[in-house]
Amino acid sequence: MGATIVEKIFSSKCGHSVRAGEVVMAPVDGAMIHDITGPLAIQNFFEMGGKEVFDPEKIILLFDHQVPADSLAAAENHVFMREFARNQRIHNYDIREGICHQVVLEKGKAGPGEIIVGADSHTCMYGATGAFATGIGSTDMGFVLKFGALYFRVPETIRAEVSGKFQRRVGPKDLILSIAKDIGADGATYQAIEFCGETFATMPIHGRMTCCNMAIEMGAKAGLVPPDEVTYEYMHSRGRTGRVSIESDPDARYAARKKYDVTNLPPQVAIPHNVDLARDVGEVAGTRVDQVFIGSCTNGRFEDLADAAEVIGDREFDDSTRVIIIPASRDEYLKALQTGLIERFVKAGALVEAPCCGPCMGGAFGLLAPGEVSLSTSNRNFRGRQGSADASVYLCSPATAAASALYGEITDPREV
Amino acid sequence: MRTWKFGDNIDTDAIIPGRYLVYNDPLVLASHAFEGTRNDFAKGVAPGDVIIGGRNFGCGSSREHAPLALAGAGIRYVVAVSFARIFYRNAVNVGLLPLVCPEADAIPDGDECRVDVDKHLITCGERTYPIEPVPGFLLRIADAGGLIPFARNLEEVDRCTGSQQ
Ligand code: SF4
Repeated sequence: MGATIVEKIFSSKCGHSVRAGEVVMAPVDGAMIHDITGPLAIQNFFEMGGKEVFDPEKIILLFDHQVPADSLAAAENHVFMREFARNQRIHNYDIREGICHQVVLEKGKAGPGEIIVGADSHTCMYGATGAFATGIGSTDMGFVLKFGALYFRVPETIRAEVSGKFQRRVGPKDLILSIAKDIGADGATYQAIEFCGETFATMPIHGRMTCCNMAIEMGAKAGLVPPDEVTYEYMHSRGRTGRVSIESDPDARYAARKKYDVTNLPPQVAIPHNVDLARDVGEVAGTRVDQVFIGSCTNGRFEDLADAAEVIGDREFDDSTRVIIIPASRDEYLKALQTGLIERFVKAGALVEAPCCGPCMGGAFGLLAPGEVSLSTSNRNFRGRQGSADASVYLCSPATAAASALYGEITDPREV
Repeated sequence: MRTWKFGDNIDTDAIIPGRYLVYNDPLVLASHAFEGTRNDFAKGVAPGDVIIGGRNFGCGSSREHAPLALAGAGIRYVVAVSFARIFYRNAVNVGLLPLVCPEADAIPDGDECRVDVDKHLITCGERTYPIEPVPGFLLRIADAGGLIPFARNLEEVDRCTGSQQ
């Protein structure tokens, strides 16, 4: 019986064959902490008797959720983490670089065959490079900071094979929303999802990131795309040489095999208050929106912004809708700036903010009042996620968000 | 010791809203637990009360503030049909015991209840409900009182020692 890519990653780290269901104390190749979960992780590290972190070079530390500090408490958390970084000789990206997950990938800190943990649930995004990457809590992270290893239950894998070519203005976000609907919010709990098939083979890295990012929305421990030429090219652009080819054996044992075809997939919108409530855009078209947010680790990359700009053209946004656009990182911001996208957004009436999480998790600015409706390219629409528990959040792609911002209501991007 | 009943897919944003994540003190977090989604909880909860959830309890963000808020409220047991992965693990790490009970949906809100982990039973009113055993490596952490006391006594970890759960 062959092995899945996940079983192979754990086996290679452990030096002997391990199978799904086994619990191993495995070493990690990288660990990420940010301003929300970091302080608690550091506190726990000290409470565990930690003195020096396992390897300062393998720790990625930055601030993205509440930046620039939006409250005294946030400012104090930042100071606490800055001191920790200084004392432990960990490089501190501070508030400079952008959203944690985007930064980890841009800095080449995650790659094929590696095990990476992050004190944030969307750490699974690094699976876009063929890494096994998973989100953990702050106490587990305290343990990792001390020991450089963690207990993992090696997960079973669901294979999601996708075929077909996307229609115009339909893309990876629509696909992953439709997969989430099919698998359900807890359909992949404790499992990994391996994305493959011709659609993924031809999908650029940014789209793979969008899909792997949302594996957690099905409860998955990780989402991965087996590394290929697209991966290596991206890794090289991030200063990482060499190739680590690793893939599932044809006779690997999967928990389930799913097949999808995107040929006729219309744009998808997840309705309140769960991510797995995806609908064809036509079913919700016409819903008034008070705020449109284009950004987040799911869809804040240059290509996402370019998709939005292409839909907008030279038009202006609807007067009664506020539009917030946030590039995911400094790099992505610069690309958007140099290609004139930022200017176009500002002219259209958007508030373009510096790279950060922004309204995505409702912890900083851009909160919603009771009764308000937001359309967002982020990954979660839980009740209260972006402010009041009596507000509604819909999720969609950058193209759908842009089209909707033009008319102040949910709009099919293929029709504008 | 009463039950506090919740439905399916209770997410960590509902347990503790994002705007309170700047706080790390379990008592402060507890005072905002379920704010906006179940406002009688923070005021009414008493130490030893039991949370009853449906499927996928604790889904969403990895914020440990969620189990901490419940621990701060004096909760020891969270019983649910199923748990989201990160919450489950975090709960054990902070000293809460998540207990899987396939029949949790049938447990009423506000009922008197008693949990017997050793006997794998929860008794609410007149009825008893079976709970599933906690996996071995997690039970060792839970028995130590959470991951912090567990790790405090460790100098080195034994890497890659596999074990069947
Ligand atoms: S953008 Fe949103 S989902 Fe991504 S890390 Fe920030 S808060 Fe989390």
